[in-house]
Amino acid sequence: MCNSCAFYHFAAVFLSLNHLLHGYEKKGDIERAKSEGKELTKEEKQRLRKEKKQQKKSKEKKDDKVIQESGKETRGDSSAASPPQPSSQSTAQKAPSAVPPPVSVPAPEAPTPADKPAKSKAELKAERRARQEAERASKQSKKGDPGPQGAVSKSKAATNELQPVVKRLPEHIQVDNPDVLKKLAKKLERQQTPGQNSAKKIPLRLDYGYKVSLFSHLHQYSRKAPLTQQLSIPSTVIHPAIVRLGLQYSQGIVAGSNARSVALLHAFKQVIRDYTTPPNEELSRDLVNRLKPYISFLNQCRPLSASMGNAIKYVKKEISNIPSQCKEEEAKHKLLKCIECYIKDKIILAATAIAESSIEKISDGDVILIYGCSSLVNHILCEALEKNRKFRVIVVDSRPRLEGREALRRLVQRGISCTYVLISAVSYILPEVSKVFLGAHALLANGYVMSRVGTSQIALVAKAFNVPVLVCCETYKFCERVQTDSFVSNELDDPDDLIVTRNGHTQLENWQQEPSLGLLNLVYDVTPPDFVDLVITELGMIPCTSVPVVLRVKNVDQ
Amino acid sequence: MELQAVLMAAGGGSRMTDLTYNTPKPMLPVGNKPLMWYPLNLLERVGFEEVIVITTKEVQKMMSTDSRMKRDIKMKMEVVCVPEDGDMGTADALRHIQQKIKTDILVVSCDLITDVALHEVVDLFRAHNATLAMLMSKAHEFTETVPGQKGKKRTAEQRDFVGVDQSGKRLLFMANEADLEDGLSVRKSIIRKHPRMHIKTGLVDAHLYCLKKAVVDFLTENKSISSIRGELVPYLVRKQFSKTPNSQKVKEDLEDQTQKKNDCSTNHELLISSRDEPLLQLAQERSCWNDHRGDMSEAYHGGKLRCYVHIMEQGLCYRVNTLAAYIEANRQAPKLFEEPPVHPSAVISERCQVGSDSIIGERCQIAEKTSIKRSTIGISSNVKEKVKVTNSIVMHSVTIEEGCNIQGSVICSNAIIGRGADLKYCLVGNGQRIEPEAERTNEVIVGTDQLMEI
Repeated sequence: MCNSCAFYHFAAVFLSLNHLLHGYEKKGDIERAKSEGKELTKEEKQRLRKEKKQQKKSKEKKDDKVIQESGKETRGDSSAASPPQPSSQSTAQKAPSAVPPPVSVPAPEAPTPADKPAKSKAELKAERRARQEAERASKQSKKGDPGPQGAVSKSKAATNELQPVVKRLPEHIQVDNPDVLKKLAKKLERQQTPGQNSAKKIPLRLDYGYKVSLFSHLHQYSRKAPLTQQLSIPSTVIHPAIVRLGLQYSQGIVAGSNARSVALLHAFKQVIRDYTTPPNEELSRDLVNRLKPYISFLNQCRPLSASMGNAIKYVKKEISNIPSQCKEEEAKHKLLKCIECYIKDKIILAATAIAESSIEKISDGDVILIYGCSSLVNHILCEALEKNRKFRVIVVDSRPRLEGREALRRLVQRGISCTYVLISAVSYILPEVSKVFLGAHALLANGYVMSRVGTSQIALVAKAFNVPVLVCCETYKFCERVQTDSFVSNELDDPDDLIVTRNGHTQLENWQQEPSLGLLNLVYDVTPPDFVDLVITELGMIPCTSVPVVLRVKNVDQ
Repeated sequence: MELQAVLMAAGGGSRMTDLTYNTPKPMLPVGNKPLMWYPLNLLERVGFEEVIVITTKEVQKMMSTDSRMKRDIKMKMEVVCVPEDGDMGTADALRHIQQKIKTDILVVSCDLITDVALHEVVDLFRAHNATLAMLMSKAHEFTETVPGQKGKKRTAEQRDFVGVDQSGKRLLFMANEADLEDGLSVRKSIIRKHPRMHIKTGLVDAHLYCLKKAVVDFLTENKSISSIRGELVPYLVRKQFSKTPNSQKVKEDLEDQTQKKNDCSTNHELLISSRDEPLLQLAQERSCWNDHRGDMSEAYHGGKLRCYVHIMEQGLCYRVNTLAAYIEANRQAPKLFEEPPVHPSAVISERCQVGSDSIIGERCQIAEKTSIKRSTIGISSNVKEKVKVTNSIVMHSVTIEEGCNIQGSVICSNAIIGRGADLKYCLVGNGQRIEPEAERTNEVIVGTDQLMEI
C-alpha cells in the first residue's frame, strides 16, 4: 500500500472508531435516561435517531473509503480535508447542545479544500449532515435570534456550491397553495416592527376576483381595496413615507422600473433620516430588521420589480457593512451618501452613457418604433434630437394601460414627429420601420428580456420583417432569475381595468357573475434572446446572451 | 408621526341658539352622547392616539365631569382653552396652537357625525402629496318637521358651488353664493387646464380637512385669515391655478411684477418643499403617469399646490349646526354605535311600550302605561304614567308628569312638563316649566332672559 492509501485507511479507521466511541457515550446517556425516567424527551429521541443514522452511514463510509482509496489518485487537498472532517463530525454530534461553536467550525474549514470537485462523497455527506443538525438545533432553540445563524448558514451555502440544495419556490408564485398563504400570513405577523404590541401588524392584502386558472398561482389585487384601509391612520407601524410610496405604487402614480426604484430609495432616505437606534442594539442589524416589514408592505401594495430588488440588496449590504464603532450620525450620513451615489451612478449616469451609445445607432432618416412608455428610450430619443439627428418615431400602444399616450406627449413636446398606432396595427406599420427600440423591466440570467406585455409580440413581428431590435437597459436591472415563459412569474393587475364604458354602457360590469368568464390583466412578458439583436447597457453594447457574464463580473466586483 | 388630530370645539352654535344658550354645542346630547363624542370616536376608531381639543373653559369643565367621555375615549386629549367671547375663528385657533403642531394636521369639527372611511380622505392627501384634502357629502333633505318653524318657508340656505375635475377628486373651484354678485365666473386658466369640470351644488361640507404643516406656518404669517372654511380653503383652491414665479410665457409690466413678487412670497411659504425635492422630481419625470390627458403638460400641470376632495355618495354624514340637523342626527346616530338602545340601568316598568328605535338613557325611570316611540330619553329623566312620547328628543334630567302627550318636540335638560300637557312640535328650552294642561303647538318656549338675546 502506498503512503496515501495507508493514510486513508488510517483515517477511515479513526473515523469509525470515533463514531463508535461517541456512539457508545451517547448510548450510555440514553440508557441512563431510559432507566431513570421512562420518557425520552424529544431531543433525546432525535439523538437516538441520529446515532442510528450515523452508525449506518459510518459503515457505508468505511466501505466507500475502501473502494475509493483503491481507485483514486493522491490529492493533497483531500488529505488536508479528511483530518478536519472527523473533528467536524465529532463536533457536529454535539450540535444539539451547543450550536454556535460547531456550526462556525465547519464553515471556515470548508473553504480550505480549494479543489471543490475533489471532495469525496463521504465528505459531502458529512457536511450535509452537519448542516442538517445545525438547522435542527436552531429550530429547537428559540426563534429569537435568527440573524447570526442565518448569516452563518448562508455563508455555508454559498461556499458549498455543489451541495444539492433543494431550492424552494418563492412564495409570491404559490398563491394557490393554502399552506403557503398561511405561512405568508404568519410571516407578516412575525414581522411586526419590534417594540410594538402584537395588535399592530402588517396587514395581509386579500386577493380579488376570479383568477384565470393558468395564473391562479399569482396574486391579483383590486385597486379599490387599498392596503391602507387596514392600517391605522396616523400610521405608526409603518413609516409614513413608505405608506405614501405603497399608495403611489398601488394606484399607479409611480410606475415604470426606474421611477419606482428612485422613489423607493427616496423613501429609504427618509426612513434612515428618521431612524434612531434603540438602546442595546446595533444600527447595522436593527435597521435591516426595521426595513423588513416595510418591504413586505410594499410587496403587498405592488410586487417588487427586479430593479427594486437589486436596490434593496444594495442598501441592505451597505447597512450591514457599517462598522459597529461608527457613531449613529456618521453612519446615517454615510448611508444617505451611498444611496445618492447609487442613484447617480446606476440610473442617471447610466442613462447618459446609454444615450451616447444609442445615438451612434441612430442615423439620419431613421424610422424608429417604440412601445409603451420607457423612460430610458424617451431619454435616448430626446438626446438624439438634441444632437440633431433627423428621425421620426412610431409609438405603439396597447390597452389597458395606454402608456404610449404619455410617451407620445413627451416626444411631441420636444418636437419629434410621431405616429401613433395600437399594437394590433404593428404588422401593418412595420415595413416602414428601420429600427425598434425597446425598454426593459429586467434582463434575466439566460438572456431573456422581461418587459411590458406586448414587447415579445413586437420583437417577434420585427424579427419576421428583419428589422433590428435594440433593447436598452441599465445594468442594475439585471437579475439572476431564469425564466423561459411568461407564466411562471408575472404580475396580475386589477382585472377591472379592462372594463370600458362607451356611450353609457358598461358591458363587462357584472363579469364576476358569469361563471365561466375570467378577466386577465397581465403586466409583463418575456422575450427570447433570438429576437433581440443588441442590448445597450452602460457597459457597452452586448448581445443578449452575454448577460450572465455581466452578472458574474458584477458579483466579483462586489 | 404622520398626522396630528385637532378637534375644533369652541364654536357657539349660532344657528341653533335655542338649544345652545345653556348647553354649549359640543356637549349637546345626541343619542344620549355628547356631540363631540362622535368625532372623537371616529378618530379613535381609525387609530389616532392623541388629539388636541380646542374648546372653551366651560366645555372643558363639562368634559371632565361627563362620565361617558372619560370612559369611552381612550385617546390622550390635550385641551387648549380659548377665550369664549372673542371672535376667534378656526384659523385663528390654529394660529394659537401653532407651537404644538409638528406635522401635517387633520382638523375635525365637533359637530360632525359620520361613518366615513377616513382612509379615503387621507389616501388622497398622501398619494398626491396634496396641500389640502377635505370631505364632502351629498346633502340629504331633512324630512322631520322642525319645531318652531312657521310653515314651509325655509330661509334660503346659501348654496356652495363646488367644481371638481373629471375624476371627481381634484378640487378646482369653490365659491359660496353669498360672495357672487351677478354670476359665477371661472378663470380661464382653470378651464384651459381642466376643460371638463363638474360643478356641484347640494353638497354638505363636513369640515374635515387634512392640511400640510406648511399651511399652518403660512397662517402664522398671514394674520388676516381667520376662518378655515370661509377664507383659507377658497384661498388655497384659488392658489392652485395662480401663475407660478417661473412662468416665462407671460409678459408683465412693472405693476404686475411687484404684485407677483407679493404673490411669490406667499407662494413660497405654501410650497415649502420637502428635502430631496430633486429626487421626487426625478421619480415623477421617470414615471409614466399623468393625471390628465389631452394637453402637453406634465402631471398636475407642474403645479405644486393641490387640493383634493372626497365626495361621499353613501353613508352618514351630518353636521349638527341647525335644529333640523340636530333632530335628524338624533334619529340616525344610533346606527353608528352598537350599544343597546335601552340602557341597563334604566328602570322601565312592565306595562309600557318602548319602541325598538327609541333610546333610553342611564338611570331613567319610565313608569307604567307609557308609550315611547322613535324617541330619545336622556339620562336621569323621569317619565311618569300614561305619557305618550313620539318622535321626540328628551334631554337629561327632564321630568314629564302624568298624562302628557309629547309629539315631535325637543325638550331640553332640566325641564319639567306639567301634568296632562300636550306639546306638538315644540321646543322647550333649558330648565323651563310647562304648566299642567298646557296645549302648545309649533312653539319655541324659552326663558324670558333668552328672548332678550339676539
